[in-house]
Amino acid sequence: MSQPVNYNDRPWLDPEAEPFIKVQSVSKHFGDFTAVDSVDLEIYKGELFSLLGGSGCGKTTLLRMLAGFETPSSGSIVIDGVNMNNVPPYERPVNMMFQSYALFPHMTVENNVAYGLKRDGVARSEIDRRVADMLSMVELTQFAKRKPHQLSGGQRQRVALARALVKQPKVLLLDEPLGALDKRLRDQTQYELMNIQERLGVTFVVVTHDQEEAMTLSTRIAVMDAGRFMQIGTPTEIYEFPNSRLVAEFIGNANMFEGRVTENGPDHVAIEGKNPKCDFYIDHGMSIAEGTKVWIALRPEKIRISKEKPANGGINSVRGMVHDIGYLGGTSTYRVQVGDGHLVEITSTNQSRPKDVNPPIDWDEEVFLHWEPSSSVVLTK
Amino acid sequence: MNGKRPVFLWSVLIFGIAFLYVPMLLLVIYSFNSSRIVPIWGGFSTKWYGELFDSPEIWEAVSLSLKIATVNACFATILGTLAGLALVRFGRFKGRTLFSGMISAPLVMPEVITGLSLLLLFITMQEFIGWPDQRGFTTITIAHITFSMAYVAVIIQSRLSGMAQDLEEAAQDLGAKPFRVLTDITLPLLAPGMLAGWLLSFTLSLDDLIIASFVTGPGAVTLPILIYSRVKLGLRPDINALATIIILVVAIGVIVAGYIMLRQQKQREREQSMTANES
Repeated sequence: MSQPVNYNDRPWLDPEAEPFIKVQSVSKHFGDFTAVDSVDLEIYKGELFSLLGGSGCGKTTLLRMLAGFETPSSGSIVIDGVNMNNVPPYERPVNMMFQSYALFPHMTVENNVAYGLKRDGVARSEIDRRVADMLSMVELTQFAKRKPHQLSGGQRQRVALARALVKQPKVLLLDEPLGALDKRLRDQTQYELMNIQERLGVTFVVVTHDQEEAMTLSTRIAVMDAGRFMQIGTPTEIYEFPNSRLVAEFIGNANMFEGRVTENGPDHVAIEGKNPKCDFYIDHGMSIAEGTKVWIALRPEKIRISKEKPANGGINSVRGMVHDIGYLGGTSTYRVQVGDGHLVEITSTNQSRPKDVNPPIDWDEEVFLHWEPSSSVVLTK
Repeated sequence: MNGKRPVFLWSVLIFGIAFLYVPMLLLVIYSFNSSRIVPIWGGFSTKWYGELFDSPEIWEAVSLSLKIATVNACFATILGTLAGLALVRFGRFKGRTLFSGMISAPLVMPEVITGLSLLLLFITMQEFIGWPDQRGFTTITIAHITFSMAYVAVIIQSRLSGMAQDLEEAAQDLGAKPFRVLTDITLPLLAPGMLAGWLLSFTLSLDDLIIASFVTGPGAVTLPILIYSRVKLGLRPDINALATIIILVVAIGVIVAGYIMLRQQKQREREQSMTANES
């Protein structure tokens, strides 16, 4: 996904923009257990915002507080300028798509979608028109008279989406929207979801544990752990500039090296690696004291592998032994043993056919790994 | 070996069926006995059926029992459903454990004790507030509701806890106030459980002899009380005829229910294969 640069698409960068959803120091306790621990969050109109984290990290609790099924133990939630703390779920301008879809089994597809409009007392003709529009948008017109159990998983998911969108909510909450679909359907539905969101301009808040899903869908992602946000940012920011080891390891794969800062210049930082012993050179300044223990994260695809020793005199490079090769068709994954038993993962694109590479890299061969000065990410926590 | 297993299975089957149904079959056969003395066969006759239909006592007892069973089933279903809802959906409230224990107590309480304690209650009430002024239809119905609703509450409780709460949440999310959620979502989904509870309460009430005989009064004779009191005076062929009719009614009920269930299952299978073919 390309990232446009104007404020319309990236409102969080605009100091003038007023956030649409404001979560202000919200906590939620269940007995002794703290599910959400004093979090602050601002989501802007038209965003597709993901809450990403493992199970039990508090993401679903936060979503349920936005929907009104849970009340915050402390703090407040403001949606479109209205404090939601004492607003019951049936009066909130939000709708939710449940992980289980929660389709009413005793109603037809049509009646499921119409249910919310009926409760709002919308005129019969208006209901018919809007339900028909919604069903044609999700391509379920011919299934209008079916009951939910007569539909396939993907169809049910689309009914749930139609039902949640037909009331034109200000915010749509989605709890693991693609979780129950198989891989192929998930990839396809992912893009459908993005198109629908773009077309309707509704603010989406998605809860997911699937980092790939979050990366493709979102304008911004909040990575959660133990009831707190570890990092909030665009998919690129979170992938390329993680702020902690936890985020770096949770989003994609990362090779971690322990090291110590040996030199801190205005335009560069040098770090001595502990295992393997190698020198890291980073081409931008950082506010880190010399001697600080740090972690360096290197993405597998940012490391190059070759059989010849690189020319730059051992900086940002390390020698190793090929331990494993995984051929995945489009890419190959190498696991190379460096230093004292440390395995480094490298992904490289197979641009030429193996036969053409002369000679190809083989098991137990000595190889050299090297990377650009801008590739390593220095982490202090 | 192949020949042996069917023989064994067949004998188990035959023995089991005989164990269950030979007594009933005997009863049916003897109901057509023309002799007044039950165990002695005096030739085929339907005269006891004629006598049965001429006896107003029996029809009064049947109609009283059916009335009590119907009123009981309706009240027990309403109260039991409310109790089940309170136990499953209201979360933790003060006295919940006590309430849930007390709801299921009538299930395990010996009927003699339930009957006796209810009788004492009715006598005390009559003395202090003057109601119920006499024992009969009202007292039996109240007594039956007290234990039937416990069964309904248990059925509703298990059905509700198996029912995902997110359906109710989804309805709320779409703008339904709590009472609408109850009428639109919860009750329709509970309907099969409530029907089962109704039928069970109806049967329990129709069946009950012990509790009814404690709390009944002069003039209020239910069918089980009538049968029991007549048999106490010696086996009588007209009771055999009555029992045969009851067996017939029950058998028809079971066959109809079985047929409906079979048809529903076939319909479901058809729908499922239809969905599978499309996706």
